[in-house]
Amino acid sequence: MEEIVKTLFPLIVYFTAIFLAFNGVLIIVAYTVLAERKILGWIQGRIGPNRVGPWGLLQPFADLLKFIFKEDIAPDKSTKFVYFLAPLVALICALMPIVVYPFGPPIKTIDWSFLPYGLGEGIRQLPLVIADFDVALLYVLSVTSVGVYGIALAGWASNSKYSLMGGLRSSAQMISYELAMGASVLGVVMMAGSLSLTKIIEAQTRYPTRWFIIPQFIGFIVFLIAAFAETNRVPFDLPEAETELVAGFHTEYSALKFALFFMAEYVNMFTVSVMCSTLFLGGWYVPGLSRIFEYGSIPYAIVSHIAFLLKIFFFLFLYIWVRGTLPRFRFDQLMSFGWKFLLPVAIGNLVFTTIMVYLGIF
Amino acid sequence: MEPTLASYLALSGILFTIGAVGVIFKRNAIGMFMCIELMLNAVNITFVGFSRFYNDATGQLFVFMVMSVAAAEAAIGLGIIIAFFRNRISVDVDDASILKN
Amino acid sequence: MITTLLFFLFAGFAIACAGLMVYHKNPLYSAISLIGVFIALACIYMLLAAPFIAAVQVLVYAGAIMVLVIFVIMLLNLEEDKPLTRLRHLYLIGSILGLVLLAQTLFIFYAVKKSPQSAQEQADAGLTLNIGRAMFTEYLLPVEIAGVLLLMAIVGAMVLSRRLKETRLDIAQKEKRR
Repeated sequence: MEEIVKTLFPLIVYFTAIFLAFNGVLIIVAYTVLAERKILGWIQGRIGPNRVGPWGLLQPFADLLKFIFKEDIAPDKSTKFVYFLAPLVALICALMPIVVYPFGPPIKTIDWSFLPYGLGEGIRQLPLVIADFDVALLYVLSVTSVGVYGIALAGWASNSKYSLMGGLRSSAQMISYELAMGASVLGVVMMAGSLSLTKIIEAQTRYPTRWFIIPQFIGFIVFLIAAFAETNRVPFDLPEAETELVAGFHTEYSALKFALFFMAEYVNMFTVSVMCSTLFLGGWYVPGLSRIFEYGSIPYAIVSHIAFLLKIFFFLFLYIWVRGTLPRFRFDQLMSFGWKFLLPVAIGNLVFTTIMVYLGIF
Repeated sequence: MEPTLASYLALSGILFTIGAVGVIFKRNAIGMFMCIELMLNAVNITFVGFSRFYNDATGQLFVFMVMSVAAAEAAIGLGIIIAFFRNRISVDVDDASILKN
Repeated sequence: MITTLLFFLFAGFAIACAGLMVYHKNPLYSAISLIGVFIALACIYMLLAAPFIAAVQVLVYAGAIMVLVIFVIMLLNLEEDKPLTRLRHLYLIGSILGLVLLAQTLFIFYAVKKSPQSAQEQADAGLTLNIGRAMFTEYLLPVEIAGVLLLMAIVGAMVLSRRLKETRLDIAQKEKRR
């Protein structure tokens, strides 16, 4: 019995952590959709959804139910296997980065000796991150870059010209803006001296100006723009431009398969918000908080976690705000902006950071 | 039974064989290109395997070199394929034999 | 135990996907299978305690090279492979080559198995720090040469895909429009 418990214990811990994190993220994502409709409504002088529940708060669940019970239609001449594979790829690749998000500081004050069979021995802290591994930043970049297959394959498999155009645009756009995104992150990596997200936050707690947004302001702007393009959001939503391509890559998708694409898009927005706040705004770190609460205690962790969520909500709000304000790029403008403006600026920022780090100023 | 160095080498060998046979069997240029990528990857497994079993970073540096060569190859190879398609309206390598007669 | 299980899972997946890649006549199916191989190999690298290489494998192969390949396949709207017509003897040559390579693999497998090299206890060679240190001290020149190679590839690709004169594709498209 003791042996079985001891082998199963880490598995149970990890599964619980993953379950909690995934559900938390999915609930935030569901309410982002509602918030988007509400805020867009206010920007455009409307009320927004207000029928389901008080102030329309149950709207996400109503939407989900509707998506589940709609008829699932596949076009006659579509390539069935790829057609079903594409939304899964998009959603799985969007959800995978969740395991490396640092949700808060480690909690050190809990005494774990109440656990049976001496399981609590040797546990010094409860890290609020599921997997803290050496190349977390590269992992996030690589997994999200695989997500483009969902869109490209959806465009190809639907066997419709609008979808194909959407898929083609998306793959060209992703490749172009990934370069600028990678180059803009390198400045932060150079200053933190690590690819691990927890180490990057730690580096910001030691840094004189606290948050990397001040020394890396150019990098931050480039990252934000490139990330908007990577998530196919306005003003870079050319793969699904509804005025040109009907609905782009998901023209032929309906019911739950469309819902998967929709969720993937919003989870990707969440990922970008987490990355922005972790890399440039110190993640969970609030300057001066350790003077009020002790580092490692439970209240410290709770306040830090709330600060982290507030930073994420700010970026999510920025997404919606931009969507309500800016018009869409033309495709040639998009390409020349990515290659001729963003990439040189990102590389210039990298060179600047290198010189500053070498001189010891940063 | 932990997987030994021999099992990683065997995996690498099998993938390399599939890639090599594929290069000969495939008729379109993109298929051949993908088979060559598979062969490069098969070799990478041996590099990483040796690097693990001798705990030496050199093998992983080699993988890095192979990857940059593969990226360069992708850029040039696909450029050639597109240029070829423009002139022949096909990517069949048998159509690239105008110098033969 | 769990390492063995994962190894056979990912190795089997990689070999199955590689076989499918050669088997499929449609280039897009081949490309999807190849992406499967690349991701399985990234998992194998994780088993070999090389997280950096695993992440770069997904980033470079699956995230960049194969996106380009799929882009080209979609752009050219490629059709299925035609069966071999003139070069029938290639099947024979290919089969013989495959058998020879498999025999070689078996030979290496048993030769290495006879002198077992157990894994080093310490497995820190794959950490970013150690790779970076090796890259910018001992192997600085090869890294720079790789950089120059990539620059050459960029310039070469731009020259190759530039449209110099009216090609046969342009003429065909013009005729289609008429």
